[in-house]
Amino acid sequence: MADIDRDKLRDIYTRTMKVNRTDEKFRALLMEGKVAVMYYCVRGQELVSAAAMAALEDDDYVVCTYRGQGEQTAKGIPIKKWWGECLGKETGTCKGKGGTMHITDPDTGIMVTTGVVGSGLPIANGLAMASQNNGDGRVTLVSFGDGAANIGGFHEAMNMAQLYKLPVIFLCQNNRYGEHTAYADHTDSPDISSRAAGYGMKGIKADGNDVNDIYPAMVEAVEHARSGKGPVLVEAMCYRMMGHFFGADFSYMPEEHIAEMKAEDPLPKLRKVMLEHQFTEDELDSIVAEIDAEIDEAVQHALDAPLPSTDEIYKDVLEETA
Amino acid sequence: MAEITMTQALNKAIDEAMAEDDGVFCLGEDVAAKQGGGVFKVTSGLTEKYGEHRIRATPISETAIVGAAVGAALAGQRPICEIMLMNFVGVCMDQIVNHAAKLRFMSGGQTPCPMVLRTTTGVGVGFGGQHSDMLEAWFAHVAGIHVVTPSNAADARGLMRASIDANDPVIFIENILCYGLTSEDPGPGYRVPLGKAAVAKEGTDISLITYGRTVLDALEVAGELDKEGISVEVIDLRTIAPYDEETVLASVNKTGRALTLHEAVRPFGTGAELAANIQEKCWDKLKGPVRRVGGTFAAVPFASHLEQAWIPTKEEIVGQIKASMGKA
Ligand SMILES: Cc1ncc(C[n+]2csc(CCOP(=O)(O)OP(=O)(O)O)c2C)c(N)n1
Ligand SMILES: [Mg+2]
Repeated sequence: MADIDRDKLRDIYTRTMKVNRTDEKFRALLMEGKVAVMYYCVRGQELVSAAAMAALEDDDYVVCTYRGQGEQTAKGIPIKKWWGECLGKETGTCKGKGGTMHITDPDTGIMVTTGVVGSGLPIANGLAMASQNNGDGRVTLVSFGDGAANIGGFHEAMNMAQLYKLPVIFLCQNNRYGEHTAYADHTDSPDISSRAAGYGMKGIKADGNDVNDIYPAMVEAVEHARSGKGPVLVEAMCYRMMGHFFGADFSYMPEEHIAEMKAEDPLPKLRKVMLEHQFTEDELDSIVAEIDAEIDEAVQHALDAPLPSTDEIYKDVLEETA
Repeated sequence: MAEITMTQALNKAIDEAMAEDDGVFCLGEDVAAKQGGGVFKVTSGLTEKYGEHRIRATPISETAIVGAAVGAALAGQRPICEIMLMNFVGVCMDQIVNHAAKLRFMSGGQTPCPMVLRTTTGVGVGFGGQHSDMLEAWFAHVAGIHVVTPSNAADARGLMRASIDANDPVIFIENILCYGLTSEDPGPGYRVPLGKAAVAKEGTDISLITYGRTVLDALEVAGELDKEGISVEVIDLRTIAPYDEETVLASVNKTGRALTLHEAVRPFGTGAELAANIQEKCWDKLKGPVRRVGGTFAAVPFASHLEQAWIPTKEEIVGQIKASMGKA
């Protein structure tokens, strides 16, 4: 794969920093006690989400998890609505009825955010099946964790996707932990991507901390799926640099693991690549400053926004109650 | 008009919906032509007309089947998925309960999930403990889904069309023993609206509220009791949830007595919800407690005489009606 061109690099950097600055802001708000909601940190996994979303078209479908901030913001979800939803406000994508674990924004292709581990894969197949049926040319990307690879629905979905050659990308973000359980304590096989072979599927393992590895891998996967050749399983190796959710204990992580993940932090590595490609420090800083300004405005908008009316609990149950 | 069986009625409803809307497609185990058009032949002949993309024979993967239906529905299609026998919902409840049922609400109305989940069950065929249960109460307890079951072929045709039209998930329960029932064909385009019960027989002394196969028992019992001067009104709910409260309450307000009847086990069954609601809302008109008849609280047994003893019997229904009437 040839070098990533500068425009694409800028795009990936911008998406990565959007994810990162959103994460930093969220943690700051939680730390200050300005908001008190469940939030699943994505520190350490920013580049995986950014590279994956940069490889998709705007109208492609995405299914993600409770730890989906990266896919959502990198896909381009309107951030005022995103913050509104996370703060449980009327202005949220889902009128405050979904919340941090259930963000939906069909306009940007964010079709489902599930809080049930592994449940996104079978649904992604259905979205892709619709595309296959109506020939709209979309692909569907579903993101999930290493822990999710051990739930039955993973197996069912992988087999079915390959059987029908569905245009799906299964993106396993292997952050080496499922809640408090380390990878080696839940899986004996050295990797998850090799399971693809068992389904007759294409599998790719990529370094999620290295833009020059993860982005080409995502492009290859998306091209394969879109061309009608069938699904791809991509295993993106990365680290979860925080606890399972904000405030959760992570003292169970061994010292060596922490040292290893700090050394592999994708952000300094990405910045280095950017500088190597003749982006200046100023240019990069101004991208971040612009993102920060946008986030600050969105957060203030969400903090000031009204709460949803209590009769929302009776609405959207069935069409009759819409 | 010609007579049709329930199997044909379902097939015709699906066929005409598929002909009218490219977004309607079927998926499930053994449903395509290569597998003979479904274990109970409901999708027979459709692969030849619409191709294997729209009659998708699936691997034995219930979670993947229902999940695919959910995803396709979110993308604007109208999938009809089949879970071969109702007990197998046990392996795909998450997709039904946490996803199909909730995605409209959790998205603030952005992603409705218009899908039909067809499934079959029934006591009395010797299938034993894991292939016979009526589990409608599991779904009736979840907000965001319709639960439907026909008791005759004409309703099967109309309810299936209405279920495919619906913009929310529908659990469509077929009873194995009812596939061969015949009705006069109500013809193309026939629809029975969801949430509307039928007064299957009018009466004045007691309301017997039921659905599915036990409607047949109810009508038989009502016919016999007519001869003894007890006038039973039989309500066929057709949609179990959310049910037609108006028709049920109007009937009980008229008769002053109510008996619920279902094949599913009695404790915590839909009869309990009906009884509680009737007691709250018709208290002044009630001449006695609402009574319930349901299956025995045990697994469905295999040996034929045990299975028959397990099922709510006509004697039991008659006994409860007479007890209500103070004639026990
Ligand atoms: C079916 C199910 N079981 C358990 C949980 C509780 N749970 C939430 S996240 C999680 C860990 C998942 O790990 P992984 O798939 O690696 O994703 P990560 O959190 O690392 O992104 C668990 C066990 C759940 N939400 N759903
Ligand atoms: Mg993990």
